[in-house]
Amino acid sequence: MRLALERRAERSIAMALVSPLIAVALTLATGALLFALLGKPPVEALKIYFFEPLTDPWALQEIAVKATPLVLIAVGLSLCYLANVWNIGAEGQFLIGAITGGWLAVATHGTGAGYWVLPAMLVLGALGGAAYALVPAVFRVRFGASEILTSLMLVYVAELLLDYLVRGPWRDPKGFNFPTTAEFDAVAAMPTLIEGSRLHLGAIIALLVVAWATVMLGRTLKGFEIKLVGAAPRAARFGGFSDKWLTVVTFLISGALAGLAGVIEVSATVNHLQPNISPGYGFTAIIVAFLGRLNPAGILVAALFLALTFIGGESAQISLKVPLDLTKVFQGILLFYVLACDTLILYRFRLLPAPKAVHGIR
Amino acid sequence: MKRLMIAAAVVALTLGSALTGATAQEKLKVGFIYVGPVGDMGWTYQHEVGRRAIQEQFKDKIDTSYLENVNEGPDAERSIEQLVRTGHKLIYTTSFGFMDATAKVAKKYPNVMFEHATGYKRDKNLATYSGRFYEGRYIMGQIAARMSKSGTIGYIGSFPIPEVVSGVNAMMLGAQSVRPDMKVKIIWVNAWYDPGKEAAAARALADQGADVLAQHTDSAAAMQFANERGIFAFGQDSDQIKFGPKAQLTAIVNNWTPYYAERIKLALEGKWATGDVWGGLNSKIVQMAPYTNMPDEVKKLATETEGAISSGTLHPFKCPVLAQDGKPVECKGGTHLDDGQILGMNFYIKGIDDKLPGM
Repeated sequence: MRLALERRAERSIAMALVSPLIAVALTLATGALLFALLGKPPVEALKIYFFEPLTDPWALQEIAVKATPLVLIAVGLSLCYLANVWNIGAEGQFLIGAITGGWLAVATHGTGAGYWVLPAMLVLGALGGAAYALVPAVFRVRFGASEILTSLMLVYVAELLLDYLVRGPWRDPKGFNFPTTAEFDAVAAMPTLIEGSRLHLGAIIALLVVAWATVMLGRTLKGFEIKLVGAAPRAARFGGFSDKWLTVVTFLISGALAGLAGVIEVSATVNHLQPNISPGYGFTAIIVAFLGRLNPAGILVAALFLALTFIGGESAQISLKVPLDLTKVFQGILLFYVLACDTLILYRFRLLPAPKAVHGIR
Repeated sequence: MKRLMIAAAVVALTLGSALTGATAQEKLKVGFIYVGPVGDMGWTYQHEVGRRAIQEQFKDKIDTSYLENVNEGPDAERSIEQLVRTGHKLIYTTSFGFMDATAKVAKKYPNVMFEHATGYKRDKNLATYSGRFYEGRYIMGQIAARMSKSGTIGYIGSFPIPEVVSGVNAMMLGAQSVRPDMKVKIIWVNAWYDPGKEAAAARALADQGADVLAQHTDSAAAMQFANERGIFAFGQDSDQIKFGPKAQLTAIVNNWTPYYAERIKLALEGKWATGDVWGGLNSKIVQMAPYTNMPDEVKKLATETEGAISSGTLHPFKCPVLAQDGKPVECKGGTHLDDGQILGMNFYIKGIDDKLPGM
């Protein structure tokens, strides 16, 4: 006897919709159990973790700030993944976007340049990210190199390039030799939406990108092409779609969005370039893309939820004095349940008789 | 008891803001931002030791909390603000990379006191503090020069920032004072805490002939490696003798407790003021772990040097300090380099056969 996963004949639409809710409920239940085992009051702990941030305007703004780069990157990645193109290097494209956009801020620092600086930075950031993403795309279509490997490896190249620039040519001459560029001028800083808050224009840009991707995927030929090439490559070829060209296009779009996220992040929250500008947004966004089921609106929800677990995790560390590891365990449990629920909705377990040994070659 | 207190705190939180307001008035809430995990056995661990000690000492007067593994990027500002918004009135940010975020939040909340370790930006409500760890490194250099057979020290660097560079230089000045031809090999791991990379660097250095290891990274990985390999090593940040009972010669121990205790006392009395404290052996912020695994005469040399630095008769950067090209460095401090030169050090001294990254 052996256990096998078998595809269910019918897909329940209702179940597909409630599946994430079941996953969240299971996560909360497991979380309560964890807190109880740690000797913390479980209900209070969950309240501090998941609900208090939702009632505090400051925390809500911070959730939006944290979710902004995740949404931008994950929307781009979802286009790749839908088309069966595996861009794992969004972190590198994010950093290159921060570098190419940040270059303008460094170059115009102290020159009294006008308000054209920020828009130009955004364009440069997107172009930089796209150009960087073009490398694995071209290697893939021209030489057949695995884009998973090449895009991932280019992340380290981007990290080292940024490191070199802020330690060498772009280092702030007044910074005591510390590895950072000069603080960006006001014209190079992302405007905030609310006085005294960190919530910035990037959040609006992220929403616009979500709206654009929704329309593009649902209503345009390009969107149809992306989904068709991913789901049925042979049929797509018969239909006259070029999967090579699509590989390049999806890489360019996701690279541009990651680069845009990078330049937005440095101009809005960090305000200068330094070796460490991303807590792994490019990798977290891969999780966000799948958690959001490669759907732009889903990605928006998933990014906000993941941001909530970060902010709530910090509150829990402070108020309950629980270790950071618990936050990470929580995120892990959540992903586990989401994937498990999805699998069980699409598949079911069946006990099959052991296969007979086959003798000889047919 | 602790659990009971936490439970009480949670109940208080849910009962509403009136009650929490009352308890907050009684106790000063002190928050810490850590760059590594509290269990790194190095830099962050020593700050955590300080936090626990002051919590014990000012039991009824303060309430401390911490956030660990805080990224030195866009998240730092939020984490610090999170502490402010949960009622913390005195906040310690314990890594250089938190400088700009701390300065920003300090400007936004003028009634909260901030102290930032190892930085240089100060404000009315933002003080800085650090240790003169180079003093300990000078002693290490002398010990290494006596104990090494190969004449080569292996140095695991974190980031080539001035604090780390001045540490390499101070160690080599100490080494050259007893053995002018001492050599050093340096590997930069570009991380404060990465046990995997640190161990790999230790192995590479040993394979290149280094038989005494020193480090400016935060884990005990190199110490453990040295113990297995049968070579010597210096502990970093904390006494790492239990990781290298046969390998550790001594360790620089960052002892923040007296500093934290003094600052908190001032804050409780309402006398806290901004400033900059850069304490060395003399202030007990920098301490040397017991001198072990060495003959008595080396122990004696180390103890004498420690005494001389502590009493001020010996300065590790006493003039003339020769730069790599052999030319003496400008002597701004009269008889030794001044603090500004040490804090902004971006050159190697003569005898270091390497090039600074990014220069």
